[in-house]
Amino acid sequence: MSSEVIGIWIGAILTLGIFSFLYKDNPFYKFSEALFVGISAGYWFVVTFWQYFVPKFWDNLSLAYSELLTKGRVDYHWIYLVGGFFGVLMLLRLVPKIGWLSRWSLAFIVGTTAGLQFTRYLESNGILQVKGTIMPLDLTYPKPFIAHTGFIITDILGTIWCNLLNILYTYSHWVLVVGTFCGLIYFFFSKEHKGVFGGAARVGVWFLMITFGALFGYTVMSRMSLLIGRMDYLFGIWLGLY
Amino acid sequence: MKEKLVFGNKVLLIFFLLLLFLFLGINITFAQEAGEAKASVDSLAQAPAPPTNVVARDAPNDNGHALVVTWTLSPDDGAGKNNVVSYEILRSDNPDTGFVVKGVVALGISQYEDKGAKEKGDKNYLPSHKDFYYRVRARADGIFSESVVSAPAYAYGQWFHFGKSPIFIGSVIFTFFVVLFINMAKKGKELYVRPIAGIDAVDEAIGRATEMGRPILYIVGLGSAADLGTIASLTILNRVAKKVAEYQTPILVPCADPIVMTVAQESVKAGYYDAGRPDAYKEDSVWYITSMQFAYVSAVNGLMLRERTATNIYMGVFYAESLLLAETGNVAGSIQISGTDQVAQIPFFVAATDYTLIGEELYAASAYLGKEPLLLGAIKAQDWGKILIMISLVLGVLAASFHFDFFVKLFQVKM
Repeated sequence: MSSEVIGIWIGAILTLGIFSFLYKDNPFYKFSEALFVGISAGYWFVVTFWQYFVPKFWDNLSLAYSELLTKGRVDYHWIYLVGGFFGVLMLLRLVPKIGWLSRWSLAFIVGTTAGLQFTRYLESNGILQVKGTIMPLDLTYPKPFIAHTGFIITDILGTIWCNLLNILYTYSHWVLVVGTFCGLIYFFFSKEHKGVFGGAARVGVWFLMITFGALFGYTVMSRMSLLIGRMDYLFGIWLGLY
Repeated sequence: MKEKLVFGNKVLLIFFLLLLFLFLGINITFAQEAGEAKASVDSLAQAPAPPTNVVARDAPNDNGHALVVTWTLSPDDGAGKNNVVSYEILRSDNPDTGFVVKGVVALGISQYEDKGAKEKGDKNYLPSHKDFYYRVRARADGIFSESVVSAPAYAYGQWFHFGKSPIFIGSVIFTFFVVLFINMAKKGKELYVRPIAGIDAVDEAIGRATEMGRPILYIVGLGSAADLGTIASLTILNRVAKKVAEYQTPILVPCADPIVMTVAQESVKAGYYDAGRPDAYKEDSVWYITSMQFAYVSAVNGLMLRERTATNIYMGVFYAESLLLAETGNVAGSIQISGTDQVAQIPFFVAATDYTLIGEELYAASAYLGKEPLLLGAIKAQDWGKILIMISLVLGVLAASFHFDFFVKLFQVKM
């Protein structure tokens, strides 16, 4: 029996173990869960060591050290010692008496990333979105379209559908601008949603919910493809039914 | 008989005329092609004059890894022999050897931006603060002539990227609002924040868990400490921990990131201290499971059913596991409050949980719960920022509708 076959059987048994959760919690699921968690934690440890610690810390410091030894000059790679220092501070959490020192590392991480994200989000989620929403509004009336398919029902349905699409396409800029404006009003926290303001907020909620509905349907399709992948593994690769 | 002969003669005449025209046409075509070939042979024999005055300098307002090369067009570009078809730009880090073609531009163009990559491993990597030399080649059909080597130039980043001025202006305006409103809040001015349904339900949910004697499960999401949603979630966790400490209800906070776990431990501990119950804090209540998405979810799902948590609070950055968590919570009979800024996951939380904080409501929740001046001031600043955006939208749309493009250019950002 080859290792590949053993691997397929283990994968299939663990897949069924996880699927057994759909019935209820059971020892089979608990075993699969514990194995999954343990292996993934160990795997992430190894990945973190070889993809982060070694190239970003060890290799850079080795380079700086070799520059010092061979050329006698202080290389800028020594700056990575600062990161190493903060890493050691984090590890001091294991020592209760001086564990408070790790807060310096946490403050550095949270503060620096929040500051860096500030300009990034302002650009991507603020300035560029405003630029993309500033569009000319079309006031022309779309040309009516009448479908001719030969069958009255499809003629009527086709005419309604095509004209709806035509209207949406012609007034798409209106939809974008009104939807964005009313959505912003919904997320305005300084005023209660009453009167005209509340009405605009309600329009914003409708836009949001229609968008979420479309996202829901789109995401469900991708989840279905994940399920199909698992079924293909079980029936096709494991059982070899096709 | 005479008519037949006359008619026959006309046909013959037309036929011979057609032959003559055909013969002449073919000869004219051959003559033209021969002429072109001769011209091409003539041009092949003579290379175009080389471009001159090649200058390389750092490209302004870029990523710090680009150089701009300019030159004076070859005299044979559009004049003289008029045989230039393109220019090739060659680069080397040595003035004598190793020149490699980096770009090609059409005739008539006398500038080229040599954009390099920032990452060392990238094949197009152009290191900063390193001298490079350029040559420009004027190319005709099958032959070329090269300029002399340019003076060395190196790429470097500017202190200020003028192409991103709108971001700088936006940052200044927003920072001004934040400082203004925080100062107003500190001076005791009442800053109103409208009620948010999901947040009001947190107290009710914690009370329910206390009555049932079952723990509260708080998930900070799968984001890292660098994600804004995670930071907002950790702030809310502090408020929830304070309430939980007051009611003496157990709280469980499984984490998917070790850094987030350490921040969450500090957040929960601070909550217990604020409630005056430091002795009740258990370090084991906040722990790390694994960073792998679905392994984490399988562990949390098992935890939900085994511990029979009364309240599940999902706040932060979530991905495909959102529905798995929410549906398992429904099976366990928990009351569920969720909040995320991940647009693709909000529909699942809206469908499967009892209360959902959509997008920015997650960020506002921490201010609403704690009523701290620092956070309330930030919410007010955000609202004023939104007012400015709405005004910009109205003015911009009106300007664009009347074909005034200047307004949209105010928001143009050079990448």
